[in-house]
Formats: sequence, structure tokens, C-alpha cells
Amino acid sequence: MIATLLGKKIGMTQIYDAQNVLIPVTVVEAGPCPVVQIKTVETDGYHAVQLGFGGRKPQNATKAEAQHAKKAGLAVTPRVINEVRLPSAATVKPGDIVTVAAFTEGQIVDVLGVSKGKSFQGVVKRFRVAGGPAAHGSMFHRRIGSVGMRQTPGRVWKNQRMPGHMGSDYRTVQNLRVVKIIADKNLLLIKGAIPGANGDDVIVRAAKKARKA
Amino acid sequence: MNQIIKDITAAQVKNLITPFKVGDGVRVHTKVREGDKERVQVFAGVVIAIKGSGIHETFTVRRISYGEGVERVFPVNSPNVEKVEVEKNSKPGKARLYYLRGRKGKAAMAVKEKRFEDTAAKA
Repeated sequence: MIATLLGKKIGMTQIYDAQNVLIPVTVVEAGPCPVVQIKTVETDGYHAVQLGFGGRKPQNATKAEAQHAKKAGLAVTPRVINEVRLPSAATVKPGDIVTVAAFTEGQIVDVLGVSKGKSFQGVVKRFRVAGGPAAHGSMFHRRIGSVGMRQTPGRVWKNQRMPGHMGSDYRTVQNLRVVKIIADKNLLLIKGAIPGANGDDVIVRAAKKARKA
Repeated sequence: MNQIIKDITAAQVKNLITPFKVGDGVRVHTKVREGDKERVQVFAGVVIAIKGSGIHETFTVRRISYGEGVERVFPVNSPNVEKVEVEKNSKPGKARLYYLRGRKGKAAMAVKEKRFEDTAAKA
């Protein structure tokens, strides 16, 4: 069974569980994901399956995309395609569909996605540097401060925290709990926050480092 | 709000048509778990604010307990909030009655009412 799904972040809300505890959840529309291609050790050197998600209009799909989907016997060309590595030969075949049924309520999952872009930011926001006093003529408000020593070492250390681009990074949030599954709408309700803005593409997979219960 | 999220929370949102308003004197019955026993606790006071919408909606109740002001924020849709009895109605001129916080004694619970004569005279 493939325990990975491509999906879309819908947004956050809260729900009450059976113990009347209010739980913050992120709603993810996950799947249905058709299997587009199977990779094997014989042909590609490793085992993997290619999953698709969403759809392109026929006029918007490139010929390469359209033919690739047609080869798998899909009616629609997927908008997103992603590969999932497997330890052994896949038991599925192209055209099979993976749905939220791959997960169970209470399961621990990882969510992967691109975080919100924050543009060019200074060190205070980007690296939580404290900054200087706001008033009393300090003239040192949100500046970077010292970046090194003197003639020794005579250079700036690597990884010195400096202003620069923040956000839009590929991030994985590990060990989130699936609170609820709404199978008929392909929805997963996952406890906590996940990377990206509402509507962004995300990947949900069974947790790699989940603690054994 | 996103329609999908609305649908998810719809089942848990209590669709009570304004059971109480800001300024009302209320008795809030909440379920309290003590060990494996459950009992009902009552918190009586004046609603000084209603905030949020949908599943997030909350209301703040203020009371004077042994001379000390106490405020509690209740989620409207929590299953633990069993019922809200309205004891006293009033029509305050403001949506948030934070001006009650600085007051002492009898004035602390006196909600200022809206004056209606003015609007009636114009019409």
C-alpha cells in the first residue's frame, strides 16, 4: 500500500473531538491520485511509483504530459506529478488510484510543502536577532551588529546571520496526527499547521520517524 | 469563509438564533469533569463581549465575586457549555462593555442603556 498522497492545502479551522477538546486542524484535499508510472530496478535502477494529482485542460497540457498520462490510461492529464520511492517492487499498476483510504484516523503523518514567501528580510525577522533599543538616541534599531572579530580570523565566518531572502523554502513538518478523514470529499483533517498558503500543493505521507505507540 | 471548511464545522456549530446579547445577565451552565465524575457548574454574570464567528465564536462573562472582578471566556460552540440562561435583558449602546472593568460596587454591573427617545422624535 502506498501511504503518500499529493494534495492541496484548503485552510485551517478547529473541531471538537470526542472528549470535547477543541483541536486546531488544517484541512487538506488529498488525492485521488492516479498511478502514472511504475519504476523498477530493472528499468530505472530503483523502485518507485509516480503519482498524479489534479487535472489540466487538454489545451493546456503539453504533448509530452498528455502522452505520458495517456500511456497510463488516464482520462485527464494530472497537473502535479510526484515520485514516491518504494523499498520493493510496487504492487499497483498504472491507472490505479490512491485515495485517502491509504490513511487511518489517528495515524501520524509528515506534510511537505513550500512555505510562504516573506521576501527580503532583515536579521530581526529572519533570524530572531534581538535588535537594539527603539529610543534614547541609540541609532541602532534593527541592524545586524558585529559580523566578526579582528585581523584574526580576518574574514566573516560561514553561516553568519545576515539579511536576505526568507520563506519559499521546501519544508517538512513531521509527526502530525490525522484527526479525521472525510473520504467522500477526499479530505484529511491534520492537527496543527502545515507549510504554504491556502491552495498550495502539499504532500502527505506516513511519518518517517513516528514513535511506536 | 471557504465552503469546504464551512461544511466541516457546520455539524459542530450551534445554530442558536441569538440566545443572548451583549449586556444580558446570564447563567452559563458548563460541564466539569472531576476524575471520572461529571457535574454542572454555573457561572453567572454580564456578557461584556461576543467575538468571532462560526466555530471560533466566544463570549466573555464578567461577574463580581467576593468583591473581585472575574471574567471567563466561553466558546459558544463547545459541547461543554450546556446551556445559557438569560436572566436580564438590556440594550447597551456599545458592542463591548469594557468600561465595566474599572468600576466598583453597585455601578460595576450597571449596563448603560441606549436612549431611544431621540430616534423616535426624529421619525
